Amino acid sequence: MMIEALIGFTFVAALLVLLAPDEWAGRLAFAFSLLPFAGALSLWSGFDGAGNALTGGDIAYATQIEWLEVGGRTVSWFVGVDGISLPLVVLTTFLVPLAIVSAWTPIDARQSQFYGLMLFMEANLLGVFTALDFFLWFVFWEAVLVPMYFLIGIWGGPRRKYAAIKFFVYTNAASLLMFIGFMSLTFALGDSVSSFALPEITQAIADGGLGTWFNISPDRIAMVAFLAMFLGFAVKVPIVPFHTWLPDAHVEAPTPVSVLLAGVLLKMGTYALLRFNFTMLPDQASALAIPIAAVAVISVIYGAMLALAQKDLKRIVAYSSVSSMGYVILGLIVFTEYGVGGATFQMVAHGLISGLMFMAVGVIYNATHTRMVGDMSGMADRMPVAVGILVAGAFGYMGLPLMAGFAGEFFIFVGSFAAPALPYAPIFTALAMFGIVIVAGYLLSAMQSTLFGPFELETDYDVGPAPFHDVAPLAVLLVAIIVLGVAPDIFFEMIRDAAVPVVEGVTVDG
Amino acid sequence: MVNTLPQVAALLPVFLLGFTGLALLLVDTISPDARSNTSMAVVGAVGSLAALAASVWLVVSGTGSTDTGGAITLFAEAIKVDTMALFFAAIFASVTALVVVAAHDYFHDHESPAAFYSLVVFAATGMTLLAAANSLAVVFVALEMVSLPSYVLVAYLKQNRGSVEAGMKYFLVGALSSAIFLFGISLVYAATGSLLFSGVAEGIGSLDGLAGVAGLGIVMIVGGVAYKTASVPFHFWAPEAYEGAPAPVSAFLSSASKAAGFVVAFRLFTEAFPVGASLTAGIDWVLAFGILAAVTMTLGNFAAAVQEEVKRMLAYSSIGHAGYVLIGVAALSQDGGANGAVMGAAMAHLLVYGFMNTGAFLFVAMAERWGVGRTFEDYAGLARRAPVASTAMAVFMFSLAGLPPFAGFFSKYFLFMGAIDNGFLWLAAFGAVNSVVSLYYYSRVVKALFIDDPASSSSLDAIDVRPTGLYAAVVFAAVATVLLLPGFGPVIETAEAAASALF
Repeated sequence: MMIEALIGFTFVAALLVLLAPDEWAGRLAFAFSLLPFAGALSLWSGFDGAGNALTGGDIAYATQIEWLEVGGRTVSWFVGVDGISLPLVVLTTFLVPLAIVSAWTPIDARQSQFYGLMLFMEANLLGVFTALDFFLWFVFWEAVLVPMYFLIGIWGGPRRKYAAIKFFVYTNAASLLMFIGFMSLTFALGDSVSSFALPEITQAIADGGLGTWFNISPDRIAMVAFLAMFLGFAVKVPIVPFHTWLPDAHVEAPTPVSVLLAGVLLKMGTYALLRFNFTMLPDQASALAIPIAAVAVISVIYGAMLALAQKDLKRIVAYSSVSSMGYVILGLIVFTEYGVGGATFQMVAHGLISGLMFMAVGVIYNATHTRMVGDMSGMADRMPVAVGILVAGAFGYMGLPLMAGFAGEFFIFVGSFAAPALPYAPIFTALAMFGIVIVAGYLLSAMQSTLFGPFELETDYDVGPAPFHDVAPLAVLLVAIIVLGVAPDIFFEMIRDAAVPVVEGVTVDG
Repeated sequence: MVNTLPQVAALLPVFLLGFTGLALLLVDTISPDARSNTSMAVVGAVGSLAALAASVWLVVSGTGSTDTGGAITLFAEAIKVDTMALFFAAIFASVTALVVVAAHDYFHDHESPAAFYSLVVFAATGMTLLAAANSLAVVFVALEMVSLPSYVLVAYLKQNRGSVEAGMKYFLVGALSSAIFLFGISLVYAATGSLLFSGVAEGIGSLDGLAGVAGLGIVMIVGGVAYKTASVPFHFWAPEAYEGAPAPVSAFLSSASKAAGFVVAFRLFTEAFPVGASLTAGIDWVLAFGILAAVTMTLGNFAAAVQEEVKRMLAYSSIGHAGYVLIGVAALSQDGGANGAVMGAAMAHLLVYGFMNTGAFLFVAMAERWGVGRTFEDYAGLARRAPVASTAMAVFMFSLAGLPPFAGFFSKYFLFMGAIDNGFLWLAAFGAVNSVVSLYYYSRVVKALFIDDPASSSSLDAIDVRPTGLYAAVVFAAVATVLLLPGFGPVIETAEAAASALF
């Protein structure tokens, strides 16, 4: 019942904050959001799962209650966590309070609605990462979009309407594609499954339960379903060329929303890819290993090149997320213990680092009201602490050892270099590694021109140090990044435990 | 408990609504104080809620269901109460309750609001009777009992040109389609020699060269159904009537009256003209309904996408939804295992639709009450002054579009899934594509309410009152739309059991 309590409490908190007066909605939301975090920590400390939830491992905190029946299959309230989902639950509950604090300065209108929607989104995100029934998962998955649409559309920048609609339409169309793909799988499974529970479906597919449907052979259905789901999730991740909604959404979204968008929402895509495409249909994935690895490497390089060409700090960070997500895809497709485990670890690490970067850019923007690289220089003079943390975070992004980003990327490269399931693995890995060089290039040049040198900025007011509540979340994030970099095993052990069955699901020729 | 009551108690919802209508007339006679309509609203609401409670209670206690001895027939089999009749009675009663409560504020300065309540309740009485009809004659009489008050209701704002014109158009098309429907009934009678559904079904099996007559009759009956449900090709009246009518009336017509049309279709095309016998006789109405469903949903959705006025957009969206529900008839097959599932899903969709669509029109009623204007631009920024009502409207819009966190997702999903199970993949594909299109225009309303800035700082000053009744109705409809998602299990089970009993 722990997970139910976690999600239920967050929903109730969202409602209460929605009804609270604007003056203290922010403080109240922060106080409320600490409880889910505490809950997630207690889930973590009492975690007793083993293996992967989908392939028959022990699911921690599982509850399954029948909800309704459709076409002879039951839909149930089925939640639980394993080594892959628990770190993401912890990440979500950890980032939300920090994002809420970072909203105290920039959000100055309709506060109670803003914080209410943030908590509402958190509740749905927790649902996405814990649901183990397809329908339940899909309800949460789509329910995340609604608060996001409002958060960008109401509190966003000048082009917020365009960005909100683009985000909404893009991701909804993608969801539909994914939904159709999954449904065709369940139709092809016919009577070999009696519910929409993901573990049952995964195991039925592994046991060869796919049959012929509308005269289409099982192999072809599996391939079509794989492609439909892959394209659907690719938009969310996003993978080049489906990334165009992301910079618009990020640039227009207010800072705290960007933090959650980059930190958690993008992970919904990679998490779903791992769960659905790579765990359920491993053979189809490995048949498409070369093209998928190719788009992963293209995302890494092309995302980094795009970042290199940007002048807006937020756009730089946004495009570098595209690049980082490419590493995750590469880690998943190689089907090795370290590849899949490293990809999952990188989801958490990137969530922390990109959250830190967006928050730091937000703090600078709060003081300068510009994010353009050419408009300012020497910010280190005026806001030393915030800039110091931003620089540290940027090094984390570049993969400085003993920070979380290094661990994630290192695991991925270790896993991908000699991957038996992916032909030409060393070439792909080498190309992807080259991305890090570009990352270092654009981050260093952007920092050099904005943060260092003599102070320059045309304002009619004094730019001083950021307030404590702006800087504190940055510091907390930095500490978390370093802790995770020094002791990756606090998550990596359980991740690896859940990743091994995924790797074993694939049959490697030769 | 039910067994101890006489069988006629199964018609309790009909009686309750009928008595409520009479009570309303009585109240109006005793205290003809035209300025205050509170007592009318209270009587109407209590009566329709009692009818709702009665139908739910009868469903729960198993009246007329196959588990407890099957349908209850009354009056020489002219009336047949089964779970489907009670299910639809619950839809009609809920919509009536919402509309009556909302109308209290909408007609606050109308010179004679009293007649409105009795007309709505009498129309609802006709609908519940229609749901229990087991003979073509009863169908026709009940249908007219629904139509006649509806004509008056559309033209209720008699000082308003739009309302009167809409009423006139509605009446002319309605009279024509009633005549066609009646002619169809007489042709079917001529071919089969019976007015009772069971007799007609027997006759369809042995037509002896009269297949042409029966076929023509069925085509005409399909036309009558298309009129009542606002489906192609008899949909022309709908945008005019819904737009011109007072918004609570539009809500009533587009939710309850449409459902009434569908219950006729569901009954006739399972009990009177069963798929198997009709196909044997060479009358392929399944294909006809399939084409009508596809055309109706496509036309409704694409026309809705280009509208500039919210009420007119809702009118076209209501045509689109008629197209979805038509799948419930169009996806039947001779020995399809999912016949009950698909028709049950259509019934469940009508129930959900009863809340979300009524709620949406009542929000428009609230906007009309405030006098903020009719177009999307006029709705800009309303959420700042009326956050609760606007949130409810957002719920209706997302649910109508079929987004997962709301009940509209499940009802649409079950409908398309039933169609696929019965081998009608193409209908489900049409429905899915149309759903995506619909997201565009539904989200326009949400965008206007929450994201767009008001045209001028003073344009929100029109929102100076909080009409309690309207608020209550809108919020209640929104809560129902949300709660029907977790509570969808019992609804779909009841609906599927009710529909399966007809095959």
